[in-house]
Amino acid sequence: MNATVGAAVIAQGLTKRFGAFTAVDHLDLSIARGEVMGFIGPNGAGKSTTIRMFCGLIRPSAGRATVAGFDVGSQSQAVREHIGYMSQKFSLYGDLTVRENLRFFAGIYRVPQHELPERILYALTMAGLKDQEDSLVFTLAGGWKQRLALGCAIMHRPPVLFLDEPTSGVEPAARRVFWDLIHELASGGVTILVSTHYMEEAEYCHRIALIDRGKLVALGGPGELRTHGLGGELVEVTCTPLGTAIKALVGAPGVVDAAIFADKLHVVLAAGGLDVDTLPAFLTQHGVQAGLVREVPPSLEDVFVRMVSRGQDARSSA
Amino acid sequence: MNLRRLLAMAYKETLQIRRDPRSLAIALIMPLIQMGLLGYGVSLDIRQVPTCVYDQENSQLSRGIVSSLDAGGWLSVREVLHSEAGVREAMDRARCIATVVIPTHFSRTLASTGSADIQAIFDATDVNTTNIAMGYIQGVIAQVDVQIHARWAAAHGQPISLLGQVELRPSTWFNETLDSRNFIIPGVVAVILALVGAQLTSLTISREWERGTMEQLISTPVTALEVMLGKLTPYFVIGMVDAAICLCVAVFWFDVPFRGDLATLLAATALFSLVILGIGYLISVRVRSQLGASQIALLVTMMPTTLLSGYTFPIDQMPAPIRMLTLIVYPRYFVTILRGIFLKGSGVAELWQPLLGLGIFAVLIIWLAARAFHKRLD
Repeated sequence: MNATVGAAVIAQGLTKRFGAFTAVDHLDLSIARGEVMGFIGPNGAGKSTTIRMFCGLIRPSAGRATVAGFDVGSQSQAVREHIGYMSQKFSLYGDLTVRENLRFFAGIYRVPQHELPERILYALTMAGLKDQEDSLVFTLAGGWKQRLALGCAIMHRPPVLFLDEPTSGVEPAARRVFWDLIHELASGGVTILVSTHYMEEAEYCHRIALIDRGKLVALGGPGELRTHGLGGELVEVTCTPLGTAIKALVGAPGVVDAAIFADKLHVVLAAGGLDVDTLPAFLTQHGVQAGLVREVPPSLEDVFVRMVSRGQDARSSA
Repeated sequence: MNLRRLLAMAYKETLQIRRDPRSLAIALIMPLIQMGLLGYGVSLDIRQVPTCVYDQENSQLSRGIVSSLDAGGWLSVREVLHSEAGVREAMDRARCIATVVIPTHFSRTLASTGSADIQAIFDATDVNTTNIAMGYIQGVIAQVDVQIHARWAAAHGQPISLLGQVELRPSTWFNETLDSRNFIIPGVVAVILALVGAQLTSLTISREWERGTMEQLISTPVTALEVMLGKLTPYFVIGMVDAAICLCVAVFWFDVPFRGDLATLLAATALFSLVILGIGYLISVRVRSQLGASQIALLVTMMPTTLLSGYTFPIDQMPAPIRMLTLIVYPRYFVTILRGIFLKGSGVAELWQPLLGLGIFAVLIIWLAARAFHKRLD
């Protein structure tokens, strides 16, 4: 294994440019063995591009990355032997049956013959497809397709697994089952990088890497990001009119951020300025009728929206 | 190269072909349709040329000439006309390609002067057919001429002149009945292989791109060479089976003589299949849409095979630059080999040059194909 003990995936200054467009910009990331790393970010943030570089499918423009100790550029064949990959688009053979797909990938990954029946049975059981093994894959519903794709990707027991939005378009109940499978694999020592745009799924990850416009914006466990990600306490304010309130709050002492959230305001307050007690009086001064003001626990969505918009502010002011 | 992965690839491809009605139709039904179409439809022989007669004299002699015209099977006298307007109408409406006019005083003129004219009018819109019909009519008249001459000589107690008695006795080899079908059908094997092979393989890579299965496939350890060989193996088998079907139909249904040895034919067919499959695969790698790939495959394989291989148009008759061009047209070698084996019974000793040409092409194309595919998205 590599010098960084325990890390299954390492990226150092990993960069991908497509012409003038930089899809991934000097990304540094390290994923420990058995860790479930969530990859979160808006569409076009560079999640898929990064995963494809880890899989050796596209060449980095600069920087380097190792997966399971192998360099993705110069040892891409060895990398491929040690990874399982689920691409964003469903990519099994629809005109083959469940069993035929599993057998195909078992053959491609050279699963030893004596292990074959047991591996196929495991995949069928895991995907819940034991009584549909002779169905053509295109006839399956989304959730089953995804679990079968996972089954194919882990046919050869890879130590590292890259899942690119595996649950997109899958119904919530099936998504839950899928995440249980991910955790089962991780507890067996498999390292998993999984991208998603479902915020609630971020909660299921050990750590989260938030990327925006090709840059790593935040990295940490879900609790850690919730506590420190906003740079202050989140306060929910019921008041009218909302527009006047926002104008008053932006730039006021201690106010980090203020945004309309449904029919209320979400205000982030840093220490040493306005607080929950002084806020109603401040609003009244500015001609706003203030109702209930209370501290609320921030969701990861609050944190991500805040961080991504902060990045945009920084760019537009630059 | 790993055999396990190659076989997994080949098995998967076979399953997909079996489940795809379009591929199956191309692989199994197309050769039979083509064979029937080309075997029955394409004939360069012209028989029973529709002919009209305007017999102005209507004498014993003139009626004899008319029945001679009809007798050989080459011309078919459809109508006896009775006026010049009738001739014009028959020609205008294309009821006949040629009209033979025997003038009113034909017998008398012949008796008094020893020679007389017969007029033949041709519809020359199809130059080739007209030339052939003209040849037929001249042949018949020459025969009649000899008979009249002999009779005239006998009647006047003169010795039969040797002039006009010399007859050409052509001896045709390799295709004794001068049947153009025997010339066409061996070449049909090349056309069918070109059509089927390239059509099927041209889709094999583009289909994976279009269905999104390619990204998964190239994330696995399977190598580019294994992908190519695994994918081409089932199509190679199909190609050889199709060739066998064509061979059987040619020999047992169309009675084309088969005089050479099967081993040489097999070797040549295998080489040609490799070239065709390699070209199809190359196109498939380069063109990512199935439709585009199929169109280009048709252009690159069928065009040279039908037009420049000597399959229908003799290479000797082409202008020099085009003739040079045929040297790089791979089907030319295969068509030459096919005809040699079928009709002349040639073996490796006689056919080593086109076999070598085909072999060079096979190696070159497969080498290019093996290098064409990269397991990368960028």
